[in-house]
Amino acid sequence: MRKFSKSHEWVEVAGDVATIGITDYAQKALGDVVFVELPAAGKSLSQGDEAAVVESVKAASEVYAPVSGSVTEANSALEDAPDTVNAGAESDGWFFKLTLSDPSQLDALMDGDAYAAYVAELDD
Amino acid sequence: MGQTDLKRTPLYDQHVANGAKMVDFAGYAMPVQYGDGIIAEHLHTRASASVFDVSHMGQAVLRGPDADAVLESVTCADLSTLKPGRIRYSLLMNENGGIIDDLMITRLQDGSLSLVLNASRKYIDMQMIAAACVGKDAAIKLLEDAALIALQGPRAGAILEPLLPHCADMAFMDALPTVFEGDAVLVSRCGYTGEDGFEVSVPAAKAAALTKAILANEEAGLAGLGARDSLRLECGLCLYGHDIDETTTPVEAGLTFAIGKRRKMARDFPGAQRVMRQLEDGCDRMRVGLMIEGRRPAREGAAILSPDGTKVGAVTSGSYSPTLERPIAMGYVAREYSQDGLALQVDLRGKAVPAQVAPMPVVPQRYRRRSAMIAEQQKAGGQ
Repeated sequence: MRKFSKSHEWVEVAGDVATIGITDYAQKALGDVVFVELPAAGKSLSQGDEAAVVESVKAASEVYAPVSGSVTEANSALEDAPDTVNAGAESDGWFFKLTLSDPSQLDALMDGDAYAAYVAELDD
Repeated sequence: MGQTDLKRTPLYDQHVANGAKMVDFAGYAMPVQYGDGIIAEHLHTRASASVFDVSHMGQAVLRGPDADAVLESVTCADLSTLKPGRIRYSLLMNENGGIIDDLMITRLQDGSLSLVLNASRKYIDMQMIAAACVGKDAAIKLLEDAALIALQGPRAGAILEPLLPHCADMAFMDALPTVFEGDAVLVSRCGYTGEDGFEVSVPAAKAAALTKAILANEEAGLAGLGARDSLRLECGLCLYGHDIDETTTPVEAGLTFAIGKRRKMARDFPGAQRVMRQLEDGCDRMRVGLMIEGRRPAREGAAILSPDGTKVGAVTSGSYSPTLERPIAMGYVAREYSQDGLALQVDLRGKAVPAQVAPMPVVPQRYRRRSAMIAEQQKAGGQ
């Protein structure tokens, strides 16, 4: 199951593990990604916390935790190849995984269709 | 996109059709990048050539018998040595030695002066120059109906020559009045990327046609303001409002080459008292280049720290360098920390990251200077 936040993060849930990244819409808006700061394993994040920072040639942007949980793993491939975020924002360019502490938070996030409608409205 | 109140350049429709991401820059809707992205546009400019729309910049003409005297009264330029068809970089200055704007001054064939001003400063500059015209036999006029198209990169001359004959014979900082499809245009061999290249002042109605004619050559690409910014940063060129402003002097900014020799001797330019004292005794801070370790770019405002962690300055421009594939920056530091090679640190979101003072430009400028052209001709003639 994949859900999306209004701040352009995606969450893929398998059991109680969530994989989190930024959406393809977000990577296009950022442009060439040159640096990603990821949370350390073991870090506890509450929904809405600043979880990561993504820097493009032009500017730095915060990535927020779309759900609460404890970080289990960060995508270390992004340290040496931050442009993976441009090439595959919603696949190889994932940011981190966490163990969900409140799975009910997922209900309030958008599904794929709702997110597509949301970004279509932003572009109007 | 909420951009309806922004001004548009004559190339606006072409930018949108070419997939540009448009942003507000100095009140204009401008392309920050096209589909390929800033890094690709940057590298294409260094390898071949790119078209930049810089029509948002102010283009003005100062005419009249007192034109030189008027412009000298508000700048540090010595215009007595500026010959027709030549361009000079100069600074509009305040009485405290601060920089009101940096500008290009071209001597036209009829003796009048053509100016290119920063978009964000053009109305302030115009007011200042118009005020200096009062009581003098000179008048300044902003060209509202002209576009400015830059073609920058090592292939620029070869691409432009078939469209604008004789431009390949020009040297860096030459200006040539010529004709494009029946309209008068002014070609200047200069730019803001560190590469060889041209800026063409063209009637607004012909801007799209000229751009299309350039882009018909496959060696030419499109580049936006994002690439323009990373290109100029690599080559140590200042961005007004960031690296220079009304509080920075030419000495602090490392721009003393812009002060005419005669003006230095006479100490008669605005702010001369303070600037000459700084030239003779040194100043408290200096603009420097920085090589940042790691991958994280330092941004404007980041504190520059001494090795022991004391704040000794601040970053004024910082980005990722596509050419060097690493973060680079420029900023001001206390004079005792300004020597090349010195190990400093930059505060990146609370983390002190090692940085080294680097001689600017960190990527060499590749202008087509007259001296190099003459040497080439002599070599060819001797064979």
